[in-house]
Amino acid sequence: MDFLIDTWTGLPTVVQILAKIVLIAVPIMLTVAYLTLAERKVIGYMQVRIGPNRVGPRGLLQPIADGIKLAFKEIIIPTNANKALFIMGPLLALAPALAAWAVIPFDEPLILADIDAGLLYILALTSGSVYGIIFAGWASNSKYAFLGALRSAAQVVSYEIAMGFALVCVLMAGGSLNLRDIVLAQQGGVWTWFWLPLLPMFIVYFLSGVAETNRAPFDVAEGESEIVAGFHVEYSGMTFALFFLAEYANMILISALTALMFFGGWLSPFQGIPVLEAWFAWVPGMVWLFAKMAVFLFLFLWFRATFPRYRYDQIMRLGWKVFLPVTLIWIPVLGVWIMLGIWPFH
Amino acid sequence: MAIEPVIFWVFSTILVLSAGAVVTVRNPVHAVIFLVLAFFTSAAIWILLEAEFLALALVLVYVGAVMVLFLFVVMMLDINVAPLREGFVRNLWVGIPVLAIVIYELWVVVGEKQFGLDKVAAPAGHAADYSNTKELGGILYTVYMYPFELAAVILLVAIVAAIALTLRRRPQTRYQDPAQQVLVKRGDRVRLVKMAAEKKQ
Repeated sequence: MDFLIDTWTGLPTVVQILAKIVLIAVPIMLTVAYLTLAERKVIGYMQVRIGPNRVGPRGLLQPIADGIKLAFKEIIIPTNANKALFIMGPLLALAPALAAWAVIPFDEPLILADIDAGLLYILALTSGSVYGIIFAGWASNSKYAFLGALRSAAQVVSYEIAMGFALVCVLMAGGSLNLRDIVLAQQGGVWTWFWLPLLPMFIVYFLSGVAETNRAPFDVAEGESEIVAGFHVEYSGMTFALFFLAEYANMILISALTALMFFGGWLSPFQGIPVLEAWFAWVPGMVWLFAKMAVFLFLFLWFRATFPRYRYDQIMRLGWKVFLPVTLIWIPVLGVWIMLGIWPFH
Repeated sequence: MAIEPVIFWVFSTILVLSAGAVVTVRNPVHAVIFLVLAFFTSAAIWILLEAEFLALALVLVYVGAVMVLFLFVVMMLDINVAPLREGFVRNLWVGIPVLAIVIYELWVVVGEKQFGLDKVAAPAGHAADYSNTKELGGILYTVYMYPFELAAVILLVAIVAAIALTLRRRPQTRYQDPAQQVLVKRGDRVRLVKMAAEKKQ
């Protein structure tokens, strides 16, 4: 064990960081693969079907088969497409979804880049992911794709505002932009996690997150009943798979952020409860974080199986006329609350 | 070897090249994309200056929101740039001297005579617990309180003006009332009719 630690600390910093990046990115990719399977299975059971069950035991190898199939498909670039941007679109969609993981704390010491402005970094990066969709829509030189891109751009920009204000509330309550400090500020059991004092913000943030990832019921950017498949209608093979990966990686990211900012991240839910706290003291914090993320990911799938797609004007109304005023009111309310030092803020 | 100069030169090269491409590329959409790249790389250079709040705010506001809408508009407009460039060579004899004067003026104002290392020492790195966000917040809400509030009010006036320009009731516009839509009952839309069965003749 000592030998291993010595070799690790002996490595150059760049190699260490690269190894950590691989340790974060590879599990995310695997999670994405099995999230697609989970989605098909969950929605299947909700609709009284079985879902994929042919490839491997109980269909467990289905995502691998899908990946191999997509990797060997031909990438078709439309004749009049703008080639450079057409290829850049999917790359730009995936890159921010992965880069944002740099500041996610998995446990108190387990964090790749413990930067001060972590929350701002995440907001800045996720706001950049819309470029992938716009590039794809425009470079495809197709009407369906362009319509999808325009819808998506307007939607993402609208919901980002409500999302940003919800995060302002989180940073007011946590007193920091650093994600680790935000989690530590929630210490003290389920009732002091920020979901309770910031309940409206939690709802606004999570629903805006669903809208930001263009998931059902906010998936008008794809809208297969109206515009075929929206911005990625011209994509095939691996370029299409990258959009898919980006969407699911973003879902996992939003779940992780919701767990960190409103549900105490790696903190145990039994904190402060006499007997249970001691019983569950051996559980590593990461397990709690992953459990919380799994709940939110399940919500994503559940939404998709339950709600019909919003009409476009309803999406805009929800974003601008419901979420935005709620956040704008909650900021002064929260300010007074913190200044007066009423529970749970001292 | 220190890594900062490498990062600086790489990013400033990209910045200058992309800024040049903004005005030289033919396709307006490409020009906007190069502008985005220029914003992004200048944000990276700001991070090198330990101004992470400004850098991230630049990415968030300009790259993430303003340029998206800008790109949106440029893509929709579908501008044909060929006629716009017709006089390029003809006007070059005006353009080049103007460019030379601008460069000279810039050099006079921000050249090494004013900002050389003998005039302004290289800034020392901050301590590990230095937080750019905290410092900015402290200064903004104490020393620059009134200018900050003033800027906010001016922006608010601009928002109100923009909304006032578009907010006019036109008689032919039809509005929806979501509350009414939600309150609709089945009986409002469907009428079940009971009829006696008819016999075929």
